[in-house]
Amino acid sequence: MTGTEPPTWTGRALPRLEDPAIVRGWGRYVGDIAARDQGCLHARFVRSGVAAGRLVSVTAPPGITLFTAADLAGVKPIRAVLNRPDFVAVDTPILAEDMVRFVGEPVGLVIAASEAAAEDALELVDIEIEPLPAVVSAEQALAPGAPLVHAVAYPGDPNTVVDGRIHTEGFDAAFARADRIVEIQVSSARQSAMPLEARAAHVAYDRAGGRSTLHVTTQMPHVIRTGIADALGLREDDLRVVAPDVGGGFGAKMALAREDVALVWASRRLRRSIAWLETREENFLAAWHSREQVYDIAGAFAADGELLALRGDLVCDVGAYSCYPVTWGVEPLMAMAELPGAYRVREYSVRSRAIATNKCPIAPYRGVSRPVQVLAMERLFDVAAAELGLDRVAIRERNLIVEFPHRSPSGLVLDQASHLETLRAATELADLDDFRDRQERARAQGRYLGLGIACFAERTGYGTPAFAARSRPIRLGREPAPLITPGYERVVLTMDPSGALTLRIGASPHGQGLRTTLAQLVCDELGLAPDAVRVIASDTDATPYGWGSFASRAMVIAGGAALLAARELAARLRVLAADRLGGLPGDIELTGGRAVRAGDETGVSLATLARDTYLNAHLIPDKGEPALEAVGLYDPSGTFANACHVAEVEVDPLTGRVSVTRFLVAEDAGRLINPAIVDGQIHGGVAQGVANALYEELIYDERGVLVTTSLMDYLPPTIAELPGIEIVHLDTRSPESITGAKGVGEGGTIGAPAAIANAVSDALAPFGLGVFHLPATPHRVRTAVRTGTDVRRTEKGTAP
Amino acid sequence: MTSAIPLRLYVNGDRYEIAVEPRRTLADALREDCGLTGTHLGCEHGVCGACTVLVDGQPVRSCLMFAVQAEDSSVRTVEGLAPDEERLHPVQQAFWENHGLQCGFCTPGFLVLVAGYLEEHPDAEEAELREVLSSNLCRCTGYQNILTATMCAARAMRGEELP
Repeated sequence: MTGTEPPTWTGRALPRLEDPAIVRGWGRYVGDIAARDQGCLHARFVRSGVAAGRLVSVTAPPGITLFTAADLAGVKPIRAVLNRPDFVAVDTPILAEDMVRFVGEPVGLVIAASEAAAEDALELVDIEIEPLPAVVSAEQALAPGAPLVHAVAYPGDPNTVVDGRIHTEGFDAAFARADRIVEIQVSSARQSAMPLEARAAHVAYDRAGGRSTLHVTTQMPHVIRTGIADALGLREDDLRVVAPDVGGGFGAKMALAREDVALVWASRRLRRSIAWLETREENFLAAWHSREQVYDIAGAFAADGELLALRGDLVCDVGAYSCYPVTWGVEPLMAMAELPGAYRVREYSVRSRAIATNKCPIAPYRGVSRPVQVLAMERLFDVAAAELGLDRVAIRERNLIVEFPHRSPSGLVLDQASHLETLRAATELADLDDFRDRQERARAQGRYLGLGIACFAERTGYGTPAFAARSRPIRLGREPAPLITPGYERVVLTMDPSGALTLRIGASPHGQGLRTTLAQLVCDELGLAPDAVRVIASDTDATPYGWGSFASRAMVIAGGAALLAARELAARLRVLAADRLGGLPGDIELTGGRAVRAGDETGVSLATLARDTYLNAHLIPDKGEPALEAVGLYDPSGTFANACHVAEVEVDPLTGRVSVTRFLVAEDAGRLINPAIVDGQIHGGVAQGVANALYEELIYDERGVLVTTSLMDYLPPTIAELPGIEIVHLDTRSPESITGAKGVGEGGTIGAPAAIANAVSDALAPFGLGVFHLPATPHRVRTAVRTGTDVRRTEKGTAP
Repeated sequence: MTSAIPLRLYVNGDRYEIAVEPRRTLADALREDCGLTGTHLGCEHGVCGACTVLVDGQPVRSCLMFAVQAEDSSVRTVEGLAPDEERLHPVQQAFWENHGLQCGFCTPGFLVLVAGYLEEHPDAEEAELREVLSSNLCRCTGYQNILTATMCAARAMRGEELP
């Protein structure tokens, strides 16, 4: 380092340590492990083509290895539950038993010598299903006398599996004294996280030790191991789970797949290695959906624009089963707790439901419910501003939370944020006056420009306390099923005899660059360079138990744990150095790979200290341990990142095409550990937000058959559909994050849909039209203009 | 199912004598028979472009081409871009330096696509390169840094100073 460089590695846009291997094609993804295992068997899953029915038989001609539910007798179903009175618990069998509940549900497993042979065999399998009436929308599922997705007791309405409510004491009075009630409905189509790498697994069986090793595309290897061990009745040590390089997750790889349980079982049964590479079609059919939500909300406003009270009826179509570990309550419970977002909502009345349907189960997808929550709040403020004759920036300024800590009506505490500052930063950069001029000139030429704003608070880095709050406290001996409460992260930091560091983490990166950012954090504490730190992740044999990477948590929680461990190890090194050099530990500085006594040049290299600690243990002062190791544990209650997004669009009313011409993000994620990686997360998040807003949609037909099963039907944007993204960073620190970082993985996806919906509505204002359903596809926008009706959800299900 | 037939492939300058079923795709042959797993499969229906390789200098979706169609052709994969184990290809270098990848699964396809195009069209400008990049899908980056990296690589390959 030269004197002109910043004094720390943290805060620098360091090129990632992960990348040299990946750009050479030396990455190691699950499919690569399978490709190099010439002796392994190959699996394909037999899947239901019927949305609801009685499974009569699954059979294959002689010579084909087919396993069905009958073979798996003794394997426990997956059961993902919360301890709440409104929660309906159901079993997910590993392979469907007597009933099928969605198109794509696995009913059998075919094993053959090659992938091609497995595909050939799959075509010879005969499935007999007696179809039953299916419910393919929340409306159908809630209708009196509706067929039941699961024949279990429902505490409330049919197929209602979570029914959460909050009603604050003063709500009715506040609602009654409003000058104006603004009611809107917003909704989102079903979406797929669609990681570019579909799911894959390779399971090996070690005959000598009786152990299985599962390489799998997951964001949470330890949790997956627990789930599979529970289902198969294994000791956890009988199973090693490894997530090698993972080709994107976005939440869709943080749920336990039935397929993975079946594969481990089959491999142990056959005592052979088995590979499974999911096809893109299967990924659309069966690898988790998300975001099919309809919110009816009402804002009670004073004439000056103050939001006095907020009412919401939130409905999430969660599909046929409860995903493990976060359950099918993940969307409605987040929506209920976090709907007010960045805004001061003093009185709140909300009902939030999960409705089971005969469709693919949901799992988290980047942002989970927040994109729809923010869509609801931001459309509400734009509509209210128009009805009250107020400026849309002013109405937001009036209602954004500016005093901290702030306790939300659902009990969340916003410890700090910069809502007003991000709004001002984004709108200044957007130059609203200049935009209005351009908009007017364009309208005079028959072109329709629009600008939309979205402000949000993103709850990030929440540990065990936040997850525990979703359930009632467990009384010993009373739990209905084993609960799973994620949250903490642990790391083990070791300096080896050569002075090199290994950091073993429970988090599990899949593209976030955690090996680089954690190395940056750790090396600053120890006076080393990042390449002295090897981060070991995603292998249950080599890492401490942890919950993985999801929910914008890794930098906050695993980062916090790494920082604590690094500080502890640094303290130990100072003690060792002080003993050797004379002086007090507090006088020792770790810098440039050496421990140096303050005030003079006397020093000793860390490598020497490390070597002597292991190899000359008699030199260690005070009978200290002959090892250099520190454990870091961090389990914060969570904090909030915040941002304001501004989108500019041009709408062609004839074709319905929407072009996003400019996109601004004013983001406050606290301290930036690696600014390039933070910006990359925002770019990618906004791209998925644009996709949600304008392009991507999973469509089921009236029989419950998914019709969007290829990349010709489901339309992730290319570079041609995406704008450049301009980013401004603010930096507000939270005491709930010792690294100062607040989590940034999801924000881009959370704000963009609302900003674009508001922008398209602004563009369509001359027609008196607004956007209330996403994606606002060309078809929907064109139809809205032609018929003079808003872009809204059509009543029967999700088809346009 | 038919039996395997012998096939000679030239990949990254090396000769591979393999035996494949006629239905085997070039992608599968590269990955499983040649052990070159840098070429990735994202959709297996020709949309995502993760499996892009150069066949006689032209970019192809190796999931849509049979291995036997590449007989005696010269195939170049991501493993064949860098001149040696010390140096990277300018496109690889630019993707690394500009954070042009996150999960890395689409990356080999983009690298091969861009390297192939820039080697033939060193003077390509931004609009043209955006058009080329719209061939492939990336789910992580929003393409912003892929475009930046591509522009930097173009300048480097023209021998221009980087800004």
